[in-house]
Amino acid sequence: MPEETSHIPPAAAAFPPVSRREVLQATAGAVALAALPGGAADSAAAAEAGAAAGHSLRITVNGHAHELAIDPRQSILDVLRERLNLTGTKKGCNQGACGACTILLNGQRVNACLTLAAMHDGAEITTIEGVAQGEALHPLQAAFIEHDGFQCGYCTGGQIMSGLGCIAEGHAGSPAEIKAWMSGNICRCGAYPGIVAAIAQANKAVRS
Amino acid sequence: MIPFTLQKVLTEAEAIAAAGQGGRYIAGGTTLIDLMREEVERPEKLVDINALPIKHIRAEGGDLVIGALARMSEVAAHPETQRLQPLIAETLVEGASPQLRNVASIGGNLLQRCRCPFFRMLDAGCNKRAPGTGCSAIEGLNGGHAILGTSDQCAATHPSDLAVALIALDATMRVTGPGYERSFPVDELFRLPGTTPHLEHTLRPGELIAEIRVPGGPHARRARYLKVRDRSSYEFAVVSAAAALHVEGGIVRDARIACGGVGTRPWRMRAVERALIGKAPDRAAFEAAARQATEGVKPLSGNHYKVELLPRTIVRALEMAGEVA
Amino acid sequence: MTMQAIGKPHSRVDGRAKVTGGARYAAEFNQPDQLYAVVVGSTVGLGRILRIDAGAVAQMPGVRAVISHLNAPRLAYQPHKGGTDPANGERLHVLQDDQVRFYGQPVAVIVADSLDHAERAAAALAVSYAGETPVVDPLDAKVQPVAPQAGRAGADRSRGDADAAFAAAPVTVEASFDMARENHTPMEPHATIAAWSGDRLTLWSKSQFVVNEQAEIAAIFGMPAANVQVICPFVGGGFGTSLRTWPHVTLAAIAARQVGRPVKLVLTRRQMFHTTGHRPRTLQRVALGATTDGRLTSLIHEGSGETSRYEQFVEALTSTSGFMYSCPNVRTRYRLLPMDTGTPTFMRGPGEASGMYAVESAIDELSYKLGIDPVELRRRNEPAIDEAEKLPFSSRSLMQCYALGAERFGWASRDPRPRAMRDGRLLIGWGVASASYPCFFSPASARVRLLADGSAEVEAASSDMGPGTYTSMTQVAAETLSLPLDKVRFSLGRSDFPATPSHGGSQTMSSVGSAVRAACLAVQAELAKRAVADRRSQLFGASIDSVEWREGRLSRKGDAAAGPSYSELVTGAGGSPVEAGASAARDAAIAKQYSMHAFGAVFVEVSVDPDLGLVRLRRAVGAYGAGRIVNPKLATSQCIGGMVGGLGMALMERTALDPRDGRPVNAHMGDYLVPVNLDVPHLEAHFVEEQDPHVNPLGVKGLGEVALVGMAPAIANAVFHATGKRVRELPIRIENLLDV
Repeated sequence: MPEETSHIPPAAAAFPPVSRREVLQATAGAVALAALPGGAADSAAAAEAGAAAGHSLRITVNGHAHELAIDPRQSILDVLRERLNLTGTKKGCNQGACGACTILLNGQRVNACLTLAAMHDGAEITTIEGVAQGEALHPLQAAFIEHDGFQCGYCTGGQIMSGLGCIAEGHAGSPAEIKAWMSGNICRCGAYPGIVAAIAQANKAVRS
Repeated sequence: MIPFTLQKVLTEAEAIAAAGQGGRYIAGGTTLIDLMREEVERPEKLVDINALPIKHIRAEGGDLVIGALARMSEVAAHPETQRLQPLIAETLVEGASPQLRNVASIGGNLLQRCRCPFFRMLDAGCNKRAPGTGCSAIEGLNGGHAILGTSDQCAATHPSDLAVALIALDATMRVTGPGYERSFPVDELFRLPGTTPHLEHTLRPGELIAEIRVPGGPHARRARYLKVRDRSSYEFAVVSAAAALHVEGGIVRDARIACGGVGTRPWRMRAVERALIGKAPDRAAFEAAARQATEGVKPLSGNHYKVELLPRTIVRALEMAGEVA
Repeated sequence: MTMQAIGKPHSRVDGRAKVTGGARYAAEFNQPDQLYAVVVGSTVGLGRILRIDAGAVAQMPGVRAVISHLNAPRLAYQPHKGGTDPANGERLHVLQDDQVRFYGQPVAVIVADSLDHAERAAAALAVSYAGETPVVDPLDAKVQPVAPQAGRAGADRSRGDADAAFAAAPVTVEASFDMARENHTPMEPHATIAAWSGDRLTLWSKSQFVVNEQAEIAAIFGMPAANVQVICPFVGGGFGTSLRTWPHVTLAAIAARQVGRPVKLVLTRRQMFHTTGHRPRTLQRVALGATTDGRLTSLIHEGSGETSRYEQFVEALTSTSGFMYSCPNVRTRYRLLPMDTGTPTFMRGPGEASGMYAVESAIDELSYKLGIDPVELRRRNEPAIDEAEKLPFSSRSLMQCYALGAERFGWASRDPRPRAMRDGRLLIGWGVASASYPCFFSPASARVRLLADGSAEVEAASSDMGPGTYTSMTQVAAETLSLPLDKVRFSLGRSDFPATPSHGGSQTMSSVGSAVRAACLAVQAELAKRAVADRRSQLFGASIDSVEWREGRLSRKGDAAAGPSYSELVTGAGGSPVEAGASAARDAAIAKQYSMHAFGAVFVEVSVDPDLGLVRLRRAVGAYGAGRIVNPKLATSQCIGGMVGGLGMALMERTALDPRDGRPVNAHMGDYLVPVNLDVPHLEAHFVEEQDPHVNPLGVKGLGEVALVGMAPAIANAVFHATGKRVRELPIRIENLLDV
């Protein structure tokens, strides 16, 4: 077969399983290869039929207890956003590479996107919606407004939750320290100087 | 993500039994969940080992002993780490982000999978993910790939910073298997890709990492980690080097050097170490020794610069170590 | 009380919403009975779909629909060209045929009852292709450059004889530059929730241009625009990627119609690199000729940029070269490189950022060749008028920007010699560059309602992706109506609000601000008209010309006594809100009389570790002449944000394509590097006092773009000053500097 294989991404070569693969000759002599991402739909379907049951989860979010049945695949992020309609916690990359989903899980800052809810039965979660005391903003929230530590606002919840963690951990002692310990939260608008100033100010307020 | 069942275990025996039935251990999950979402990892049963009592961090004699489930952040912040092995603390803080470090376990850190972009893309050939499908990087974009320990099947670097330090420090690890325990140098955990790049480590089926032991010594205090990267933080190493020196009477008595970002596994630089012994710890000696680091390198089309950068990184790490009071 | 809302550093009026998690972005308007859609993208970079094995996937748990070109509705795709769509070519018609034009092009969409089920099914869907090798590298010999078919921005221009002057020049610089493709990478992924109610469609959709999205979707589905409502109160970063209506919006609407329920569709981070535009990679050549005392005699700027096969994306790559410098002989040439890729789109400072990177780098090279300070070189070539258009500038404060910036930066103490400044083992470099961006002012409208309680509601379609539209428009209305800020409520982000232009091109403040001002004046006029006609009013019978508004009260001219307030007038007229709308647009005559641009000067300090090739920004000072500054606090943030964006452009950002199939290899937020907190040092933004009565009624010039434009060349120039090595590609990375 007069195939020119050099231009085919090695990608397509030997997977998915051969039974699902087609090798076809296109009209202009181009080579066709099937690329089945993931493969094995058949076995997966069987497995999924059995997993439909769901997993029982009890969590406390911002002081409110919740009990719900979840798919074990659900991250805390998806449970917050899609099940509890707590959308202040943002999905930025869903890969642990941006920090927009930062929450406090049992008091520690974590990426909610890489946290399976089913592994945290009984957990205490604080999200950005639970930081203010009623109408009274937390000093860090107020400082974010004062220092304009955001523009679009999409990373802001994660920045503030991460900032609370940063302060609690004792890593907010200087601007340089804050920068290093806040580098897990990307702000594409580039509001970093305001973020640093806000955390430095709130750190003083919280510690005094 | 394919559906899976989740089993929480309370003892090592329970964990090992569950693994024997096809379970896959999950601790922090920062690598595993990410790759499950991409369907690069497709476990049908997860064994949640977070309740196991292997979270300790303590001194035993001069050794630092770390339970496999201790979190990166806990180990980095622990006074015994800072007292006995500041290199471990420094290395941990250079990795990932504070949020990830709060979750990621020490055992999981060592077993994290590579960051080669093709490994993560199901529609790309990758011998590590799907043996026999070819390597998309070797003939493609490979600026971030390895120059040491590659084969014609794989050139992905090992991403762990911690592993670099542990190998430099001659750390050992204890693993628990079905009815036994065994200990071995962390160095022996990592395999070269060869013709089986999908096999990354030497753990036997069902084995559970229980503990890491980092022996003390006169080198431990004079030890630094340098991670070179285009972004100041939250990026994997382009090239990194851990360097520990024991200097006495103005002469290097002992040197421990390992590098990241250059090898398909964390790479101990024994030839560089040997070249330093007996020399005065100065830049000239460091540069001469570091030239040994590139012996046997096999750069790819896009990563020749690492051949240049590697010895310089080692020199700088040695200088940093030498400056430690 | 004299109100002064404009010019004050007010905090954001939406600040509380944003710091409490209360601001809701497109994907956060969950609807009852909502299903989830996930896009399946092509895994080949060019070719034809042979087969889609939908049957197996349709049986998977939770799956409600598998939609591809095989079963998607044939859509009307009526002609539509919004202001942000390329003038030439035709947009991608999604799921309408079996052709694959670029890697990642949507080939199917899965709808399921949960996100997990939809993602699983999307991963399992088997699609086979007849694949061909795409052309994705601008340097590929198979690329056939074409001249942009239309549009002034893309036209070749020439004055004098630049080539002859270059050949004759005693001092010359000639250099080529290669700037990488970039992706906007906003924090919020593109997202659309689509819900049909009969033949009416509501889209909660991330957009910088809701009225265009309304019009485009209506054209695609062949339905009246009035039947489409687009809602987007918050945009989680845009930078241009949400100016156009990309295929996923259509997919969400198709999916929702097919399953008869609301559908949420959010792109994955990887998909954000496939179908939602990018800053095109550009290849440029600049040739400068000068006299020995540093007068430019020739400026040649040639550039080319990526585009797709199906649309011509044209940006302002060479447009500033005609007016930045006084030079008798100027020639610019711009070509497009059609390749097998998705269509690029506007990204912050589109064209200017790329083009001025090249020219400002070349000017810097010339300064070293001449031995003239780069600021002084620019001063010697500062034009009195726009020599390309032969028009005066409405205002041009570039030299004032240089003076202010140089002073704040301490430029005078710079050692001009490369490699002369050090900090320990680090090489220190100081660099400078100019920035410019046009002052656009597009037709816009707004509506104001005065309520019986004396407060005002103001509405305009518009968007706020971060510059602070909510706040600045509130300030404009408060100032115009003489109301305190908390008596004004400004709403945006709905396509049924008065139409506004795209939230891009730094034109929101000028266009929407002018419309808001006009609407406020209109509602005052309406209220005055009613007052003088109302028998119960103390102003009854007065002629409309004899009354005036003073600090929110209507009084007879010359009468010192305070007249009735808004509240009294509205209440007196029966209490129903009094409403008026108005539009604003640039006087066409003004555009023929003046060349209108914002300018800036950017000073940076970098360190270079010569052993490790590491460049780090140490500080930056930007000085801008941008007309009236409505809110200095927000304007400062906007400029600092632009500098951070320029830092990314200079040292980090690059979308790398696999030449074999065109896939963006680093389509991941861990691999497409943008600056993190630790990368960003002390940054200063300063504004020179500038009063420009010509640009628009508010005298504002816009900041979003000009804030980014000069940063990358300033950094590149600083790297040269530090190292003596001229890197002529962006981003400048470790591997570029291991030989310094």
